[in-house]
Amino acid sequence: MSAPLTSLDRPNSYIGRSVPRPNAKRLLAGRGRYVSDLRLPRMLHAAFLRSPHAHAKIVSINTEQARVLEGVHLVATGADLAKICTPWTGTLDHFKGMTSAPQLPLPLDRVVWAGQAVVAVVAESRSIAEDALELIEIDYEDLPVVVDIDSAREVGTPLVNPGSASNVCFRSQLDSGGVDDVFATAAHVVEEEFSFGRHTAVTLEPRAIVADYDPGAEMLTVHHGTQTPYQFQDLYSRHYGIPEARVRVIATDIGGSFGMKLHVYHEDMAVVGLSILIGRPVKYVADRIESFVSDIHARDHRVRARIALDAKGEILAMDVHDLTAIGAFSTYPRTSVVEGNQVIRLIGAPYCFRNYRALLEVIFQNKVQTSQYRAVGHPVACAVTERLVDMAAAKVGLDPFAIRAQNVIADDAYPQTSPTGYRFEALSHQECLKRLHAMMDYDALRAEQSDLRKRGVYRGIGIATFVEITNPSPAFYGVGGARISSQDGAIVGLTPSGEVRCLISVTEQGQGTEAIISQIVADQLGLAQEHVKVITGDTEVTPHGGATWACRGAGIGGETALQATRVLKRNILEIAALILQEQPAALDIIDGEVVDAATRQQRLPISEIARIAYFRSDTLPPDTQAQLTVSHHFAPQGYPFAFTNGIQGCSLEVDVDTGFVKLLKHFVVEDCGRIINPMLVDEQLRGGVVQGLGAALFEECRYSDTGQLINGSLADYLVPMAMEMPDIVIAHVETPTADTALGAKGCGEAGTAAASACVLNAVNDALAQFGATINSIPITPAKILKALKRF
Amino acid sequence: MKARAFSYFRADTIDQALDAHARAGDDARFIAGGQSLVPALSLRLQAPRLLIDITHIAELRGVCREGDTLRIGALTRHCEMLTEPLIAAFAPLLRAAAPFVAHPAIRNRGTFGGSVALADPASEFPAMTLALDAEIEIAGPSGSRRLKADDFFIDLFETALQPGELITAVHVPLFRSNQRFAFDELARRRGDYALVGCGMLATQTGDRIDDIRISFFSVGNTPTRVKGAETALTGFSLDAARIAAAQAALDNDLAPPESDEVPPMMRLHLARVLLGRLLGRLGEGA
Repeated sequence: MSAPLTSLDRPNSYIGRSVPRPNAKRLLAGRGRYVSDLRLPRMLHAAFLRSPHAHAKIVSINTEQARVLEGVHLVATGADLAKICTPWTGTLDHFKGMTSAPQLPLPLDRVVWAGQAVVAVVAESRSIAEDALELIEIDYEDLPVVVDIDSAREVGTPLVNPGSASNVCFRSQLDSGGVDDVFATAAHVVEEEFSFGRHTAVTLEPRAIVADYDPGAEMLTVHHGTQTPYQFQDLYSRHYGIPEARVRVIATDIGGSFGMKLHVYHEDMAVVGLSILIGRPVKYVADRIESFVSDIHARDHRVRARIALDAKGEILAMDVHDLTAIGAFSTYPRTSVVEGNQVIRLIGAPYCFRNYRALLEVIFQNKVQTSQYRAVGHPVACAVTERLVDMAAAKVGLDPFAIRAQNVIADDAYPQTSPTGYRFEALSHQECLKRLHAMMDYDALRAEQSDLRKRGVYRGIGIATFVEITNPSPAFYGVGGARISSQDGAIVGLTPSGEVRCLISVTEQGQGTEAIISQIVADQLGLAQEHVKVITGDTEVTPHGGATWACRGAGIGGETALQATRVLKRNILEIAALILQEQPAALDIIDGEVVDAATRQQRLPISEIARIAYFRSDTLPPDTQAQLTVSHHFAPQGYPFAFTNGIQGCSLEVDVDTGFVKLLKHFVVEDCGRIINPMLVDEQLRGGVVQGLGAALFEECRYSDTGQLINGSLADYLVPMAMEMPDIVIAHVETPTADTALGAKGCGEAGTAAASACVLNAVNDALAQFGATINSIPITPAKILKALKRF
Repeated sequence: MKARAFSYFRADTIDQALDAHARAGDDARFIAGGQSLVPALSLRLQAPRLLIDITHIAELRGVCREGDTLRIGALTRHCEMLTEPLIAAFAPLLRAAAPFVAHPAIRNRGTFGGSVALADPASEFPAMTLALDAEIEIAGPSGSRRLKADDFFIDLFETALQPGELITAVHVPLFRSNQRFAFDELARRRGDYALVGCGMLATQTGDRIDDIRISFFSVGNTPTRVKGAETALTGFSLDAARIAAAQAALDNDLAPPESDEVPPMMRLHLARVLLGRLLGRLGEGA
C-alpha cells in the first residue's frame, strides 16, 4: 500500500519540500562573485593606520613622507573627509533619553578605541598602501581609559565622551508592579549574577567594499558585502549629499554576515569618501586582525537576576538588572541598545507569570562598538532565564522538564501578552517539551548519567526553552526614525519564453533566500522551480525593501513573493481566458501549462501566452493590455512581531581534572511556523546552534586593562570547529502565523538563542555534586577548574 | 595585511642557499613550508630583503637509517611523519605526535626541520627531539656540525642556530624493543596549540624504568625536559606512588609564565594531570 497523499504530492508543490539551493553549485564551483574578488578598471586600494591607544588625543599627524611614496595616490585624514561627509549619530527616537556622540569616517582630534582607523592611504596596491602607513607619524597624548564596566559607572570616573555627564548611553526600566511584595512572601527565591563575554561574528569573508564614484555622471556605485543594500543607498546618499537615484549599492555574493554586515563602519564610509575625492574606484577588504578590532562585537552583559516561586514551583516573579557595555559609540543606524532592550524583554518569555521588573543600563567604554549580531539579546535572556529555572527546580526538588512543563504558557492559552509587553499569537511550548523529552530519550540519558558517575565520568544534561522574535514590523526601527524598511518589494515577470524572473528586496547571504523565493514563486504559479530565476541585492534593479535582518526573509520576503506571484498568475490566466474563450476561474496553471481547473486537461503552455502577449498582441481582443510583469509590496500587519519558540537539549561530559567539556549530542525542537524548505531550516538551525556553542565554550574577545584586544587572531580567538561539534538532532512543530497567507516565521536566530543556555545548564548539572557552579559565558577550562578549586 | 616587497631565490644545493644568505648580508630568511614564516611576513612581523627557497634541495630530503640512528631530512613534511614506515618503526613517538600538529593543510606543507628551527615552545616536534635525545645536524658558513637537542633550545624562539645556519637533518636513536613511549596534549580544539603537551620515551628492564626522558611543550619559553620527574621515576616500576612523586616533582621542573587565559598554577595543574595520565598509559604498556 502506498503512503497517503500529502500537499507535497500536488504538482509544483515546493512549499515544504527540501530542494537544493539553485546557487549552491555555482558557489561550490568557485564561481561566486564576492566583493573581495572584484577588480575594476583603474581601481585603487585603501589601507588604514589604526590607533594603538584605547583613548588618546591626536596631537599631530604627519603624512608628508607617505604622500610622496611612489604608488600612493591619496592620504586622507579625518579633516579631509569631514569636508564632504556629514556626521552620524547612533540614536533612535523610541529609545527615550539615549545619547551617543556624533561620528565621522575618521576622527578629528581624539581616538576612542584601540584599532580605530585614523588615517587612510589610497595606493596602487594594498601592499604599497601599507608601506605608506609605516611612514605616517601620529603624535598621541594618552587620555584615561575606560575599560571596566564597574569603574565606568563610578562617580568622577574618566569619561569616554568629555562634556557628557556620565558614561551612561541609555537606561530603560520595565515594571509590572508588585515585584517587591511577591519576592517578600515567595516560598522560594533564587538569585544569580551572570556574565556574558564579548564575541564577534568572524565571517569567512571579512567586510569588503569597492566604492566607485564617477564624477562625469555624478553617480556613486558601491559594491558592498552587506545584508542591507537599500539602507546603505540611503545613508551614502544622505551623508555625501548625492541624490538617492544616483547612488547604486550592489550586494552580490557575501561570505557570511550574521548581522555584522548591516552596520555603518567608519572605514566603509571613508572608502566612499576616498572614491569621491579621487574619482576612481577604491577597494578595501578588512583583514582578519582589522575585523577583530573594527567589526561590531556582541553581548558583553552582566545580568543580576532573581526569580520567585511558590512552594509547588510555580514561577511568580522575576527581577532583573542588565548592565551592558557597548564601546565608545552607539552603532549607526540601528544603535547598540537593541540587544539590552531585547534581553530585558525576552527574559522569562516562555513562562506564565505576571510580576516582572527590569532595569537596563547601557554604558560607554573605550572598546570597539557592540551591536546586533545573530540572535540579538536572545542567548543572554535565555541563559539567564533557563539557568534560574534550573536553580529553582533544584531548590523546589523538581526535574528540569517538570518545572518547565508546569510553568510554560499552555499551547491552548494564546493569544497572550508577556509581562514585558510582547504579544504572542500562538506558541507551542508544551508540544515542544514533549517532543524533546522523547527525542532525547531523557529517562535513559539520566540513567546512563547516574551509572557513569559511579565510574568517575561526569556527564551533564541541560535543556533550555526559548522564544524568538521574527518578522519585525516598523515597531522595530521605523518608529524610532530610522530609514530602515520593514516591508519588502518584488517584481515578478513572465519572460517571452514562459519562464519567470523575480527581483526581490530580500538578500542572499548563503542562507538560501533565493532558493526559498524560487520555491514560493514556482509553487504559487505552477511552474518547475528551475524555470524561476531570482535576482537580489542591487538597488538599481531590485525594489526597495528591508533586505535581510532580524529573521524576515521567509516571513516577509516570502509573503511578498507569494502575493506578487498570485497577481501574476491572475494576470496570466486572464489572458489565457481571452485566448481560450473561457472564464479565468475555470483555468489553472500546472507545470507551466494552463489547464482546465476541474479536469487538469492541458489547454495551452504559458510560453504560448507570453508569445502572443509580447509578439502578437494584435491577435488579442481590442483594449487588452497584458500585464505579465507585476510589482508588489508587502508590509507586515497584525502582530508587531511573529514570535516563534522552541526548546533545545544537550548532553555533554566534563573532565573534572582538566576542565574540558566534550559535547556529546545536541537536540532542537523548533517551531518556525510554515516550513518552506526543511533542509535549509535544519541547516540554518545547525549553523545557529554551532554559533551558540561557540559562544558557550570558546569565543571571547579578551581585553587588557589598557583596552587592547589581546586575542585578535584566529589562533587565539577560538571559533567552534567541526571536531568539537556534536551531532545536532532536529525536530519541528509547525504553528503557522495567521497574519500571512504563507504562515512562515523566522528561524535564523533559534539555533543560537538557546544553545549556550543548554550548555550552561548541562555543565552545571555535571558539576552539581561537587557544589561547583558556573555563571559565566564562555565556559572555559579555567573557569571550571576554578569552580572545582583545582588550582 | 600584505607582506613588504622582497626578493626571492630558489636554491638547488645547500651551498647555494648558504651563499645566498651570506651575500644578502644575513638580511635573508630560508623558507621551506612557510607555515610560520609566511604569516609573519604578511603581518610584517618580519620583512627580510631576501627569501631563500630551500624546498628543492635534494640533500635535505628523505628519511633513512644510518647505523643506530634514523636520519630525518629537514624537509620531511609533517604529513610524511604519519605515512613514512621508517618513522613508524624507528621513531614511533614522532608518529604519535604528528596527528596533533595543526591541521592537514598545514601538515601537508610544514616541515620537520622548519618546526625545530623555529623552536615554537608550543610545538610538538621540537619538544619531541628532547624526549628522543635527538641530534640536530646543521650546515653553516663555517661548515657542518651536530648538536644535542638538549643544547639546541635556548630561549623563546631562540636556538643555537647562528645567522646563516640551516638545519639539514635530525638524527634520532632507533627505537628499541625494551622502550615504551607515550604522547598526548590538552588542546581546547583539535589542532590548536596545546595548553599543555607532553611526550616521553622510557627504556625498561621488565617493569623497571632504567631511563626515561619526558619533554613538555606549551609550558614556558622553550620545550622543556622535566628532569626532576625523570629522576623520580628512574630505577623504579610505575605505581601510583611513583606517578604521584613524578607529578610532585613538576613543581620544581616547570615555571609556567603568566598568560591571560591560563594562569601559571592552572598550567602546572594541567601538566600534572597530563603526566599522570601518560605515565598511567606507559604502565599499561603504551
